[in-house]
Amino acid sequence: MTQEQAAIGAVESLCQEVGQQLSLRVDGRALTVCEGTLVAAALAIADPRRGARVAPGGARRLPFCGMGVCGECRVTIDGRPHRLGCQVLCADGMEIRSDD
Amino acid sequence: MSAPLARTVDVAVVGGGIVGCACALAARQAGLGVTLYEAQRVGAGVTAAGMGHLVVIDEDPAEFALARLSMRLWREWSGWNAIERRTTGTLWIAETAAQHDAARAKLARLAAAGLRADWLDEQALRAAEPRLAHDLVGALRVPDDEVAYGPEMAARLAADLRRAGGRVEEMSPVAALTDDGLLLADGTRVGAGNVLLAAGCDSVRLWPGAAPLRLRPRKGQLAITDRYPGYIRHALVEMGYIDSAHGDADEAVAFNAQPRVSGQVLLGSTRSYRDSSAAVDAALLGRMVRRATRFLPDIGSLQMLRSWSGLRPATPDGRPLIGRIAAHASRPAGAASHWVASGHEGLGLTTATGTARLWLDLLLGREPSIDPAPYAPERSFGGTP
Amino acid sequence: MTETRRAEQAPLIEADIVVVGAGPAGLAAAQAAAGQGARVLLLDAAPAAGGQIWRARQGVAVAAVAQALAALAHSGVRVLAGARVVMPLPDRVLLVDGPHGAQRVRWARLILALGARERLLPFPGWTLPGVFGAGGLQALVKGGWPIAGQRVVVAGSGPLLLAAAATLRKEGAQVVALVEEAPTTVLAGFAGVLLRHPAKALAALRLAAGLRGVPVLAGRRVIEAAGDGRVERVVLAATAADARGERAEIACDALAAGWGLLPQTELGEALGCALAPRHGERAIVVDDRQRSSVAGVFAVGECTGVAGVRAAGLQGGVAGRVAAADLARVGEGEGASPAPAVARALAREAAFAAAVARSFPVPARWAERLRDDTLVCRCEDVAWSDVRQCADLRSAKLATRCGMGHCQGRLCHAGLSASLGWARLPARPPAMPVALSTFLAAADHAAAQAGADDGAGAPPVDVPAPGAAAAFPGAAGAAAVTVAGSAAGAPVPVAPTPARAD
Repeated sequence: MTQEQAAIGAVESLCQEVGQQLSLRVDGRALTVCEGTLVAAALAIADPRRGARVAPGGARRLPFCGMGVCGECRVTIDGRPHRLGCQVLCADGMEIRSDD
Repeated sequence: MSAPLARTVDVAVVGGGIVGCACALAARQAGLGVTLYEAQRVGAGVTAAGMGHLVVIDEDPAEFALARLSMRLWREWSGWNAIERRTTGTLWIAETAAQHDAARAKLARLAAAGLRADWLDEQALRAAEPRLAHDLVGALRVPDDEVAYGPEMAARLAADLRRAGGRVEEMSPVAALTDDGLLLADGTRVGAGNVLLAAGCDSVRLWPGAAPLRLRPRKGQLAITDRYPGYIRHALVEMGYIDSAHGDADEAVAFNAQPRVSGQVLLGSTRSYRDSSAAVDAALLGRMVRRATRFLPDIGSLQMLRSWSGLRPATPDGRPLIGRIAAHASRPAGAASHWVASGHEGLGLTTATGTARLWLDLLLGREPSIDPAPYAPERSFGGTP
Repeated sequence: MTETRRAEQAPLIEADIVVVGAGPAGLAAAQAAAGQGARVLLLDAAPAAGGQIWRARQGVAVAAVAQALAALAHSGVRVLAGARVVMPLPDRVLLVDGPHGAQRVRWARLILALGARERLLPFPGWTLPGVFGAGGLQALVKGGWPIAGQRVVVAGSGPLLLAAAATLRKEGAQVVALVEEAPTTVLAGFAGVLLRHPAKALAALRLAAGLRGVPVLAGRRVIEAAGDGRVERVVLAATAADARGERAEIACDALAAGWGLLPQTELGEALGCALAPRHGERAIVVDDRQRSSVAGVFAVGECTGVAGVRAAGLQGGVAGRVAAADLARVGEGEGASPAPAVARALAREAAFAAAVARSFPVPARWAERLRDDTLVCRCEDVAWSDVRQCADLRSAKLATRCGMGHCQGRLCHAGLSASLGWARLPARPPAMPVALSTFLAAADHAAAQAGADDGAGAPPVDVPAPGAAAAFPGAAGAAAVTVAGSAAGAPVPVAPTPARAD
């Protein structure tokens, strides 16, 4: 089983456990996650390698501190940039965009 | 009081802000021995708090002359090509017919002085800055105005000063100007033929003159956002800014925004005589944001990272003090000459090199590059409070 | 979209006691205060209550939080999640960025339960994708970050590593090693301390049981995270200065590294509270009634010194009772200290906290671990070589932009302190990034206050240019929304309120 398959399987079984599934889009790609999933986590579910932000030097960054301090998880949510992905829960119909 | 002097220098400059650094370098380049005394770090005082807008203000003929001289000197300087310096141009935005007329008059003055400027009507303005509100009359564009970072400029001037053989003493607060030169806070006596007081608001504390120094702190607050590259392209200033700066209101707000090299938006401006604490006044900041939304309706949605304050050194007529400080009658004949270059309000960066040139002219007894009378330290301020 | 919010759009919420932070300390404070009949408002920046240690897993509150929230609902306490305090305003008001925009909160007593954040230090490769804080990855995983099947190295120092490793394992990660800087001798000594705190020993044993089979490497540190575009291996070396120079490499998919906790004191500082070191780190100073140096402001839990969940709960209880008694002008107010049993328990917790601080200190000579190109400021990509030649933090900031980015030094300060001993600069508002429009509420508030104070007095007006458009009028008046006390039937959210994008 690949890492990606393992991830998807985990999401599905979790949703069975905690309930509602949410449909959203990450970088244009449709995704289903469980209620209670952070936007930062949705990024990793969509693409484990892509991350959120591009640093001034050009490197891509993944969420890091998990508590809204470091700002590495900044993404555009529903058209509004610089939202902290680790501090926002996914919602149905959300549009999430990471840095190009 | 008769302890031996630690050292003797031609010129001791008090204050390592943008004005002090420019003056110190000019003196050194003229062949004088120079030491710059800075209480903390070069460029870290009010120089670091300002917007870094290199803007030619032409309403006051004296300021206009000083600014033109200064911008010419800046551009001739080898250190001018700094990382954070950008030619953004300025758009002076007019809301009303009266402001349109004022802008036209401004254009004429600039043109007469050989500076580039043009008028953008509503349509042209929208094309130049798509984020601006759609009900503005237009704007005067001055394409050669620049945006820089004060601390970077001061650091470069100080580096040039050191390379040229001048000395920079940081973490060296000055206790007083003396007949011999300076007394440092640590008790060291410094001998100097000339002492230049360029310490911003701290010039009041150190003022050695017979008459009181008509300088008071005029607090300003700014806010800076996260990165929004391309949000605006020019430095944007409302025409009302001039009245705010030249006026004497206890508290005033005027729209002033600029794009930084990082893509962050720097937003100003406020002026207040009410308090000189470092604390940010949230209500005044809010009024500043509200004023900004009149011109940039969606600016409220930008994420703000930080706000801060600074104390502009302000004189009653808004012009700096540049020249010799009249001594007490009791001072001995061979005493050190005391000079001042302070009180630049919001134009320290713009007029630093012009100030340095004029001061040096007076120091060396040369033909002054511009008329020094408007900046005379002992001038009467026309009955203003 | 035009941003012209008026006071009525940025409502004024009034409460007797406002508690900032809904972790163990804040929940306890809110319960204790409500239990004395005070009108209480509980705020938290996160989408759900619980703080860090009681963080919800996939949106499901831990039992302690669910119980606390139920009790709070029963007492009529209003809980506002997704509400971040931006800065204090004059006269006991807080400017808050809530889920629906700016709000003003007026308090008679304020209880700060700000918690702690992880100490995250720079090292070569720490910005690689796949490197996280230890508590950081734990928090992300509780929020649905996919970790199942991944090989994770947990490293750094301190008891938090155990808890993080246990969570990761429970969520299906393969914890390939737990790397603790403290040497075995120190760990043995710490185990001895644990024996004097049975409850903690039991908790440790449970955690250890959950980590059976995980190699624990003591006296080792991570010196580099390496890989092509993401972490693929970590390089370890012995911690001791005189150790043989042997290196070891461990292949992994993720590295979770942290070095203990730092009290979050920013709001206390903004209010003018005195700070002093406690258990090794700068914290808000409080007396035995949890009063700070500022009248009316209490502080509880980790922000007064990192001492664990039990201390947090006890302190919260003390502050809640004292604050409520203050307002009721009843007995406890100025007089009685906390019950002797509570004081004894807090003393025991403090002793344990001191042992933790001693056993798991910030590693010495951190600068030796940095290479020229190691980034010390992640927000602005500032390298060690640029920063270390600066005279002090302010100079470094002005010259390199270090600390000027999104985190405003909150993250990188720990590294600069450990590497260069530099002290923090005074914080400037806002406490965290907020929309500029938030400050419109502050302007309206002042205008409303001015209007209220002198009746017909005109609010401050921006100086217009001659002939300019009319100046913006000040707000008409504050719309005060009083929080229901014990009013029966008052609707109060019980479940965690998700923060919605707005």
